Amino acid sequence: MSRDAVLSAVNLTRHYQIKGSPFSKPATVKALNEATFELYPGQTLAVVGESGCGKSTLARVLTMIEPPTSGKLTISGHEVSLKEGQRPPAALRREVQIIFQNPYGSLNPRKTVATMLEEPLKLNRKEMSAAERREAALEMIAKVGLRPEHADRYPHMFSGGQRQRIAIARALMLNPKILVLDEPVSALDLSIQAQVLNLLADLQEEFGLAYVFISHDLSVVRRIADDVIVMYFGQPVETGPAEEVFTTPRHPYTQALFSATPVADPNRRRERVHLKGEPPSPLAPPPGCPFAPRCHLATEECTQLDPPLDPVNDRVEVACIHVDQAAAKYAVAG
Amino acid sequence: MALLDIEGLSVRFKTSSGLFAAVEGVDINVDRGEVWSIVGESGSGKSVSMLATMGLLPWTAQVTADKMTFDGQDLQQLSSRQRRRIVGGEMSMIFQEPMSSLNPCFTVGTQIDEMIKQHLGGSRKERHERALDLLAQVGIPDPARRIKAYPHQLSGGMSQRVMIAMAISCNPRLLIADEPTTALDVTIQAQILELLLRLQEDTGMALILITHDMGVVAETAKHVVVQYAGRQVEKQDVKSLFANPRHPYTEALLSALPERAGNQARLPTIPGVVPGQHDRPSGCLFNPRCQYATEHCREVEPVPAADDPARTLCHYPLEDGISPSPAAAGAARDNPQSSPHREVRP
Repeated sequence: MSRDAVLSAVNLTRHYQIKGSPFSKPATVKALNEATFELYPGQTLAVVGESGCGKSTLARVLTMIEPPTSGKLTISGHEVSLKEGQRPPAALRREVQIIFQNPYGSLNPRKTVATMLEEPLKLNRKEMSAAERREAALEMIAKVGLRPEHADRYPHMFSGGQRQRIAIARALMLNPKILVLDEPVSALDLSIQAQVLNLLADLQEEFGLAYVFISHDLSVVRRIADDVIVMYFGQPVETGPAEEVFTTPRHPYTQALFSATPVADPNRRRERVHLKGEPPSPLAPPPGCPFAPRCHLATEECTQLDPPLDPVNDRVEVACIHVDQAAAKYAVAG
Repeated sequence: MALLDIEGLSVRFKTSSGLFAAVEGVDINVDRGEVWSIVGESGSGKSVSMLATMGLLPWTAQVTADKMTFDGQDLQQLSSRQRRRIVGGEMSMIFQEPMSSLNPCFTVGTQIDEMIKQHLGGSRKERHERALDLLAQVGIPDPARRIKAYPHQLSGGMSQRVMIAMAISCNPRLLIADEPTTALDVTIQAQILELLLRLQEDTGMALILITHDMGVVAETAKHVVVQYAGRQVEKQDVKSLFANPRHPYTEALLSALPERAGNQARLPTIPGVVPGQHDRPSGCLFNPRCQYATEHCREVEPVPAADDPARTLCHYPLEDGISPSPAAAGAARDNPQSSPHREVRP
């Protein structure tokens, strides 16, 4: 692409050390392994996977809440080099904001909406007067589809969808370039979910925001994503343009994930790619490909070698040594 | 005769601001071997109506019904002792949070054993064998080892399997599953739903699945009840529900699904929110959010037409996706596509 990436990650990795106790040995949990991707203004990158696959760790690393163990993170052309416990520079922190899954837990119950929206300005835009801050807050309240009289209310007076609007407004107060959305609609009811997704689409268009959209809901992802990363056990297993990954999933895990997702059409009965068992424990990772114990295509080779992401064509990369076989099998079954 | 026959079920809670009708006018009749689904958003009363059937609501709840029978026995007339013999045995339930529904202090074996002891009896050895059998039946690998496990040693999917093993331990004739897969990942969800359907087929029990996920409804249920704000708005078999929703709420809900929106630039939405205890509108409860609502809807509460098999709670039930409401003509003009909803910002 010719445009400049607003965020680029190269081999981003985050490991956690678990301290030993008299009953257990110290261990390393590889929560995120070698994620590489680029994010462009106005684009949505979706990160898909099940619980424990490292989606939220990725969110924490991208928002600089935690430093990566290794790998390179570049935001708006500045390389972020953080040490454990170090705070990232304010200029960079302003660029990336995050919205959490649970709008009930992520808003301070003792602050009014206006106070919450003005707080980032107070800290980062010291030249603004109180009146200017208030005006900016009211403007943002209108942008996210709330009414001016909502400004002086407390979070408990709002419904879930409205609270998520407040969280979105708060994240946008400092004009970030990147929004990390960690399951932003999964706590909301279906009818409210559509409202919030439309709002996110509007705001993206208006501000040219880049979204990192973390979700397990594939129908939502298919709708809004430009690019997709499918993760399993801390590792990206398939990346590429959403349309292509959804129409021709190539990694056996992606195929299983897609076929496990219920489709709201009673006339459609599909052959499922059956997945046996559950994801492995991060404390005892299996040798070789982490998906091998659950994979129907696994061979001896799979338990010996952890496959890297390999390009299938100039758009899609897949981490599987049996990718041709998997793609062929899916085409027949589908 | 239906296995579970409920007519006009209402549940009211005593609150500081008076009685609150959490559920009103729910009719459901489930036959042996049928798979039903109750679908609705949060606050639609889907769990409360089933908890009322099981008799699991606290004393603040007033449960009334014109008719509420299970296998011919009147559930309203039962003494607590008689009720305890049915609940958990012939009629059993699985809850949403498998992790918190199991007692953390006892092994899963003990907890399954307790159920069998209560309802079926038998010697310790027979009960142990039955428990091992059940664990194998719900697909838990190495049951002999897992029977001694405590709930915290099991994953969410495994805990839910244990819950299912407990629920089917006494060969129930009706199993109510309250959002059994909401807390689980999709690949595990697929496993659990398949397990429930397989058990249902093998044993011929009836299954009521409470869910908010239209995908789960489409893939599992044969008959569907749609609830909104405590009211049952329609009842249809699954294919005709998805093809021809009768109530405007169902129609709007279905078109809000991202996968049904197709290539439209914006998702069709339902404006506003589900009314709570204090902001219930007069007339039809859905009227503030309904694109077809008329003055009549705002004033008069609808009742299902006597000749309507779907028992649609609407003055103007949709016929083949077209509303006979006078307000529908205007809506159709604004939005020529079949998808109904104009974006209305709250």
